[in-house]
Amino acid sequence: MAGATFRIWRGDAKGGKFQDYTTEVAEGMVVLDGVLKVQAEQANDMAVRWNCKCGKCGSCSAEINGKPKLMCMTRLNSLSLDEPITVEPMRTFPSIKDLVTDVSWNYRVKQGIKKFTPRKPDFEDGTWKMGQKDVNRIQEFRKCIECYLCQDVCHVLREHRKFDEFAGPRFFVHTAALEMHPLDTQNRVADLKDKHNVGYCNITKCCRSVCPEEIVITENAIIPLKERVVDEYYDPLRKMVMKIFGA
Amino acid sequence: MAEYQTHTYDVLVLGAGGSGLSAAIKASTDGARVGVITKSLLGKAHTVMAEGGVAAALANVDERDNWKVHFADTMRGGQYLNNWRMAELHAKEAPDRVRELEAWGAVFDRTPQGRILQRNFGGHRYPRLAHVGDRTGLEMIRTLQDHGIHQGMEVHMETTVLTLLLDGGRVAGAFGYDRERGRFLLFRAKAVVLATGGIGRAYRITSNSWEYTGDGHALAYHAGADLMDMEFVQFHPTGMVWPPSVQGILVTEGVRGEGGVLRNKEGRRFMFDDIPENYRNQTADNPEEGWRYTQGDRNSRRPPELLTRDHVARCIVREIKAGRGSPHGGVYLDISWIKEKLSNSEEHIKRKLPSMYHQFKQLADIDITKEPMEIGPTTHYVMGGVKVDAETQMSTLPGLFAAGECAAGLHGANRLGGNSLSDLLVFGRRAGEYAACFAKEHGETAIDSAQIERISREALEPFERRGAAEGPYQIQHDLQNMMQDEVGIVRNEHEMKHALQGLASLRERVRRVAVYGNREFNSGWHTALDLTNLLTVSEAVTRAALDRQESRGAHFREDFPEKDPEAAKFNIVVRQGRDGEMQLERQPISEIPAELKQVIEEMR
Repeated sequence: MAGATFRIWRGDAKGGKFQDYTTEVAEGMVVLDGVLKVQAEQANDMAVRWNCKCGKCGSCSAEINGKPKLMCMTRLNSLSLDEPITVEPMRTFPSIKDLVTDVSWNYRVKQGIKKFTPRKPDFEDGTWKMGQKDVNRIQEFRKCIECYLCQDVCHVLREHRKFDEFAGPRFFVHTAALEMHPLDTQNRVADLKDKHNVGYCNITKCCRSVCPEEIVITENAIIPLKERVVDEYYDPLRKMVMKIFGA
Repeated sequence: MAEYQTHTYDVLVLGAGGSGLSAAIKASTDGARVGVITKSLLGKAHTVMAEGGVAAALANVDERDNWKVHFADTMRGGQYLNNWRMAELHAKEAPDRVRELEAWGAVFDRTPQGRILQRNFGGHRYPRLAHVGDRTGLEMIRTLQDHGIHQGMEVHMETTVLTLLLDGGRVAGAFGYDRERGRFLLFRAKAVVLATGGIGRAYRITSNSWEYTGDGHALAYHAGADLMDMEFVQFHPTGMVWPPSVQGILVTEGVRGEGGVLRNKEGRRFMFDDIPENYRNQTADNPEEGWRYTQGDRNSRRPPELLTRDHVARCIVREIKAGRGSPHGGVYLDISWIKEKLSNSEEHIKRKLPSMYHQFKQLADIDITKEPMEIGPTTHYVMGGVKVDAETQMSTLPGLFAAGECAAGLHGANRLGGNSLSDLLVFGRRAGEYAACFAKEHGETAIDSAQIERISREALEPFERRGAAEGPYQIQHDLQNMMQDEVGIVRNEHEMKHALQGLASLRERVRRVAVYGNREFNSGWHTALDLTNLLTVSEAVTRAALDRQESRGAHFREDFPEKDPEAAKFNIVVRQGRDGEMQLERQPISEIPAELKQVIEEMR
């Protein structure tokens, strides 16, 4: 057993400050263990979200020593215990209390994305034929645990606050999973261009670097969606054809 | 006077995991106004952690599979204490429910023919589990969530229910609070569906999250509904044991389905040492045959590592107690050995078991493609729950329905892996359907304001206590230790009677529990309020376990180590008596119809 100091942000929408808590830690512990230990022993009223404790549910997102991470998957032995470990909420979203933020905006964005609309079933029992190679690509996107760390780190949201115009990396991954689903018949390209403004993304790849599921967000999801928008709206050949034939 | 906001629905669903969302989707589709309450954010419920797959006799991988085999497997796994009608409906309807998920956008792993791929799992005769690597639960909850949000249901996230409300002999809604702000909420409803999951937080070592405090069980019990089979708590054989902070986290049965083997510290595959009589015909008697089975050889029998969870867990405990365990008090689960068989084993393991690879690498510094894991049993699931009608899922209280883990019947004395996700889909949908029907056929209910006054006053009392009061976490901790040590995998009368005394003194402590701070997202307050439910379910488990004087399925009594044929004839029902004391009744199991009996006989 050794001692560690957790410098945890305590406060609410009106404001707050960091507070230091020192506690004993043991081999193998993760940041979430330390935070829950502090909660049980020293700060019963501290607000923390968590569920699975093994990186599957995406509830315990926070900024640890300034880096967006899941608390349950951040081992203490990956951090220096000589300095206090700072733990603060995701700063992009409004504070509710302590480490808990208001992420409801994400749920509203998802509601506004056209839902999965399959083609007619291939077989009489109502099922379809899909090969593994046809679904590998979207299975990557469907690994997303909705921790919203990608949203937290995206500068379009974090600095420019474009919550009303921009869907954010999470929902480009979601849209990509729908658009590239072999059975889907819906078209979301117009929404990507005008409503969710995929064009605002300038490919700094910050989202990709924080994804705990290691989804290659920028290259595999966002860039192909940008290409679809370009193909449909900015293809010069197509523009010329439309001009000539007045279509 | 308590201040509260009021919401009115036809059907109120408590819980937004697989069964809650299935119920809500069906009830909304059938035209009901539906409200859904979830203690966490939407999409974070326990279903998300399910790994292995959903059991359904699709027969995509082995055409010999059909509902009859699935039914017989489920009954055998449950040691015939199952509600046979539920087992029948489940086996017949699960394939349609899986196909429905595909129609809603789920993307299962595929066979070479482009169909849904199925894998082997403990107790299932043929490869039956539709899956997505080892993250099937995530696929399922996300599919239900993304489909559900377009069906018109209203979701109340981070909301806890304190009590069910009654109007005469019928359920009238629920009263609770939102966790973010601590404001009271009244939900009026013509029908209520409990889909609240399990009770794992009553134990120290568990794969369950903070949410699993037996809310649905306790709410139903206090409203006067019957609970059943509460003595049957499943200890999953393979939970992580090291490092201490991850103790209990689940290691999927899929590891064994893909060829993983169990060994003691002497390197012996001890599962070959004890194969129960009723599984002998179906179990390999040498390692080579077992390996062939996991690789899809249809003429081989399954390795003993894939016997039912109750049996495997007890064999592991036996090895540990005999001093043949691993350094951190478990045994070894080894999938890395398949490198002897497959040249690309490292890649193969990472593709089949990606989150297991990830989990061990990140949390335990173990590379499962190269070295064995240390594992031991972990509290995982409760077979017992609210007693329901097989067709409608209605409890003994009119208008109150239950589905999924918080309902009893399907699994009997032991649940097969993979039968939970299918349970959620089949009976969640049924509960939603019949709850919507009930709401259509019954009028508005009246609300008892005196009950609301009392509950809201009691809920706030922990803020006002001073002096000799103590915080909630130590009480919860002591309860978990006691249940783990005295009502765990191996039970006896002496320890369980001691536990009953312990529960009485814990109840005294709960009456004095105190919290500080304000009502906004106050984890201490939330934990304090959860204690009552944990005590109720712990008492039900302990009393039922004392009453069942035999060993069967997940319930093992060292003072009654054998099965008693007489005890195969009843389920134990728990209810609240008029004086508020817990009452038990042994209810005879209804006769299995001849045609189903024949199915069981044919599959022996």
